[in-house]
Amino acid sequence: MMSENCDGALSELYAYLDGELTEDDRVAVEGHLRNCSPCLEAFDFEAEIRKVIANRCQDRCPDELRARIAAAIAECAKPEN
Amino acid sequence: MADPSTFTDDTAPYVDALYGAARRMTRNTADAEDLMQETFLRAFRAYDRFEQGTNLKAWLYRILTNTYINSYRAKQRRPQESDLADVEDLYLYRRLGGVETSQIGRSAEDQLMDLLTEGEVKEAIESLPENFRMPVLLADVEGFSYKEIAEILDVPIGTVMSRLHRGRKALQKSLWNFASARRLVPDGTASGAAGGDLAPTAREAR
Repeated sequence: MMSENCDGALSELYAYLDGELTEDDRVAVEGHLRNCSPCLEAFDFEAEIRKVIANRCQDRCPDELRARIAAAIAECAKPEN
Repeated sequence: MADPSTFTDDTAPYVDALYGAARRMTRNTADAEDLMQETFLRAFRAYDRFEQGTNLKAWLYRILTNTYINSYRAKQRRPQESDLADVEDLYLYRRLGGVETSQIGRSAEDQLMDLLTEGEVKEAIESLPENFRMPVLLADVEGFSYKEIAEILDVPIGTVMSRLHRGRKALQKSLWNFASARRLVPDGTASGAAGGDLAPTAREAR
């Protein structure tokens, strides 16, 4: 059943996943998750979405752009500039 | 002035990630490329003043963000600060958690994760209003801490947290819309059928 502990844990879900909780709060959340499978499921789900978002958002800078930037920097570094 | 090859070597590990961020910010390739070039030129000129040993990645993101704000955002007609409709917490989870959709018993959540394309996730991020898009990008894609994001965006840490919270919920809604449009998920939200709004477990029994 949902309890006040669940409300407390869920309100700290993001800060927990972001690694932004204090040590004491982190331990408290983890203690709750060990005993509450609905909350654990929700936390796992959110953690999984985060992974998917990060994995799907990888870009590779095109080689031409790298070359263009290098050329612009070389130009900028010339003594007459 | 900094040595060009030292600068290039030092910044090389961050080029791909910065390019991705530039794409998400400008939402088009040509502007992203110009933004990258300008960012790297500015960073190169300022590199003498970069304090070695401090966070180079965050420093580069800050220059990228400032360059974007100064040079590119002015071109866009959209309002600089916009708001988001409020979305409930755990938006996707409440629709997908525990729902089994296929004969092999894979959960809707596993399926959704597998089937959402790179293009859809990127578009979902790009569809967020800028003031929400940046914190989400910096936290969820780049893994910056709240404090680093506050410094990169030059906003208070409390603002980072609230925008991140609301931005993430809106992102989930947008991902859900993609999934619904492609019928990747059960059509249960409107009907209120089992699993539609939340599997009928203790989760919502409050």
